[in-house]
Amino acid sequence: MASREDILRPVRVSTIVLSFVGALLLNFMPWGDLRVVPDFVALVLAFWAIRQPRLVGLGVAWTLGLLTDAGNGVLLGQHALAYSLLAFVAIWLSRRILWFGLAQQTLHVAVLLLVSQAVVVLIRLAAGAAFPGWAIAIGPLVGALLWGPLSWLLLMPQRRLEREHVL
Amino acid sequence: MEHSPPPFFKRGPAPLVRLFFFASLSIALLVVDARFRYAEGLRSALGLAAYPLQRIATLPFQLVAGVGDYFSTQSRLVEENERLRAQALALAQDAQRYQAAEAEAAQLRRLVGAVDQLPVAAQPAEILYTSRDPYAQKIFIDRGATHGVRPGSPVADENGIVGQVTRVHPALSEVTLLTDQDQAIPVQVVRSGLRAVAFGSGPSGTLELRFMSINAEIQNGDRLVTSGIDGTYPPGLPVATVTRIERDAEHTFARVVCRPAAGVDRGRFVLVLGNETKSLPPRPDDEQKKDRRDKARRGAKGKDAPPKEKGTADG
Repeated sequence: MASREDILRPVRVSTIVLSFVGALLLNFMPWGDLRVVPDFVALVLAFWAIRQPRLVGLGVAWTLGLLTDAGNGVLLGQHALAYSLLAFVAIWLSRRILWFGLAQQTLHVAVLLLVSQAVVVLIRLAAGAAFPGWAIAIGPLVGALLWGPLSWLLLMPQRRLEREHVL
Repeated sequence: MEHSPPPFFKRGPAPLVRLFFFASLSIALLVVDARFRYAEGLRSALGLAAYPLQRIATLPFQLVAGVGDYFSTQSRLVEENERLRAQALALAQDAQRYQAAEAEAAQLRRLVGAVDQLPVAAQPAEILYTSRDPYAQKIFIDRGATHGVRPGSPVADENGIVGQVTRVHPALSEVTLLTDQDQAIPVQVVRSGLRAVAFGSGPSGTLELRFMSINAEIQNGDRLVTSGIDGTYPPGLPVATVTRIERDAEHTFARVVCRPAAGVDRGRFVLVLGNETKSLPPRPDDEQKKDRRDKARRGAKGKDAPPKEKGTADG
């Protein structure tokens, strides 16, 4: 993928902010069965942490996690911890993930999202909740499948037009 | 000479150090929130920040519903109108009978010297969204502190009790459903008058009566209503129907599973009832202190229903 990829324009901060706002909106939408709905914030966070590790780091991840917790009325800090860990692993892997093809990237992201979900489940279990069943792993896997479309969408503002290319 | 990297290579602390910092911050916050409930101020500030996002997120769905209503066909409207008229007629009859019955009941209550029951104030609210957390049985409604919602108020729909307001933000409040595993509600069996406490059982969407003796006077299909002796829920509202009873001689208690009467996981509109507790006598001092301490620890959950029930039943 990297070989085919053109040299991208530098990213604008507004793109990143808008994508996070969009992801939060998607997360707050009234979905049906929440176990199969992917965590859009985690997905977008993984994307930017891999693409722009110097702009989107643990501080951003932690703040987003706190917002998610407060919006959902759950224990403060559980998503903050999960997203911090997710951003850390994503930044750690950021140098190698982009050299892989789309399929391998998707696998990497699946592991990332599963780890983040597992942290939330563990915190809930520690706080005394019952185990919700293995269906809880479906959401992250669905999220990983969205990695390809999401990459295409979020890189669109950075791609150069054909005309510019010729010049 | 000192060899430090030029300033444009500086990236702040190492990632591992940052992870350690943010992880400890999260865990500290978790402990503070779970054990001591000191983070409520931070929570309501963050909730206020997230509120516009939440409203915008639910807007498309409301719009779609609105457009659907707008384009509903004439025949459907006529049909619905007829149905509603018939229903209104039936309800009007019921209401007349209810008024008479209430007057009679008030008179009888005066005769036996019981306290007058306060009329229950109710305000309608729309469900904004459900909590994005499969473990917590919670919904968020569009009425908050500015509309006079107070923590602890019972929430009902047209079929019965849905849950209880557990947190109040300025413009929205959080309702813990009856099926939440931390939620308890004092009930009474309509047929036999037996008192009990129903506990939520989590994601399965059912309620459970705990500590019912094996030979308790209860059977399948029994209707449960609020007993009203906790001072939180008004008496006589439908709560659940008994669906399964397991009486096993090996255990001390029978296992009674009930299905909530209200659409706990359905519907878009609910009623927030006022929790007027003026008719109750003041509680003894020591219990009040204990209660306050409990509340500081666990917040305004419905957990303190069983001790309260005991206290009022004795008095």
